Amino acid sequence: MAHLDLEKPLLERNDRLAAENKARLTAAGVFMVDLMASPGAGKTSTILATIDALRENYRIAVIEGDIASDVDSQTIKSKGIAAVQINTGGACHLESDMIARALGVLDLDALDLIIIENVGNLVCPTDFYLGEDAKVMILSVPEGDDKPLKYPGIFQISDAIILNKVDTAPVFDFDREAFLSSTRGLNPTAPVFEIAATTGQGVAIWTDWLAERVEKKRRALS
Amino acid sequence: MHEMSIMESVFDNAQEACKSSGYTTITRIELTFGEMTEISEDSLRFAFDALKEGSPAAGAELAITVLPPRSQCLECGAEYEHDRFSVRCPECGSVITNLLQGREMRIDAIEAQ
Ligand SMILES: Nc1nc2c(ncn2[C@@H]2O[C@H](COP(=O)(O)OP(=O)(O)O)[C@@H](O)[C@H]2O)c(=O)[nH]1
Ligand SMILES: [Mg+2]
Ligand SMILES: [Zn+2]
Repeated sequence: MAHLDLEKPLLERNDRLAAENKARLTAAGVFMVDLMASPGAGKTSTILATIDALRENYRIAVIEGDIASDVDSQTIKSKGIAAVQINTGGACHLESDMIARALGVLDLDALDLIIIENVGNLVCPTDFYLGEDAKVMILSVPEGDDKPLKYPGIFQISDAIILNKVDTAPVFDFDREAFLSSTRGLNPTAPVFEIAATTGQGVAIWTDWLAERVEKKRRALS
Repeated sequence: MHEMSIMESVFDNAQEACKSSGYTTITRIELTFGEMTEISEDSLRFAFDALKEGSPAAGAELAITVLPPRSQCLECGAEYEHDRFSVRCPECGSVITNLLQGREMRIDAIEAQ
């Protein structure tokens, strides 16, 4: 009988591949943002609104992580934007090896911004670093103002938090102050963008924040 | 259930260590997780039971240590433990803090024979 000390991080392989993704993107001056949310919170709608706002100034591609369908990537492609579909085959989150393969089929030198639509889930994507420059989560008003207290992890690790579907606030009895206060407790520094992706309300503040970072990454190259 | 892919990594590491040291059976696996991760102990044990059948760890005991979050305040220097819901410094109220402990996901050791 022997006691063998290992002391090894369990996500070492994922984190190593993520760092490789990051290095590839940095070499090409491409900013990558990982959008995480529950199914139906408005990831695809937010991506479409973001494309509309930024496509004139930046070259954009989308990586779609869906469990099984390619509906969202078809929608993106129909707008004339490159989209890569990752079928996770039932897995509840994306991992960095999947992103590495998706980056392999994109022409990174012809891009400024990659938006990842992570699998619809508020828990599983949290612990997986993909090599992204920013993790951004979306909560939608109908999900309720108590979600920061039920899913603290994702609020904590996000670099920005989008509250979507604010147009529906009157119908859903959403306590905005309670939401903001628990979100602040979890993540005092991330900006909170209150938007309605489908009407365009508030979207510019989010896309300005993103554009500033895309610009900075592109500039760092030259 | 992302615990399944975490547990696959546990098995990869454990079996590799067992084999390269010339042993054939794993009798104990020791893991550490920080409370700020999204790992559920129940789901981990479920994944462990699902993966262990027919492996060298089929009869192994799984020991899980959970570490409470600790942060350091970057304004007043205080070091403190906290819960998952607030990282705010209890001494000065600052929110400019650095997490020292709480995001670990580690295989510490195995016992093999
Ligand atoms: N009222 C309202 N509905 C929205 C908004 N954003 C998205 N939706 C609707 O919510 C549903 C799910 O949106 P989708 O973008 O597909 O969510 P995803 O599953 O996170 O990608 C669709 O019917 C959208 O039209 C919004 O800001 N306001
Ligand atoms: Mg979608
Ligand atoms: Zn302090």
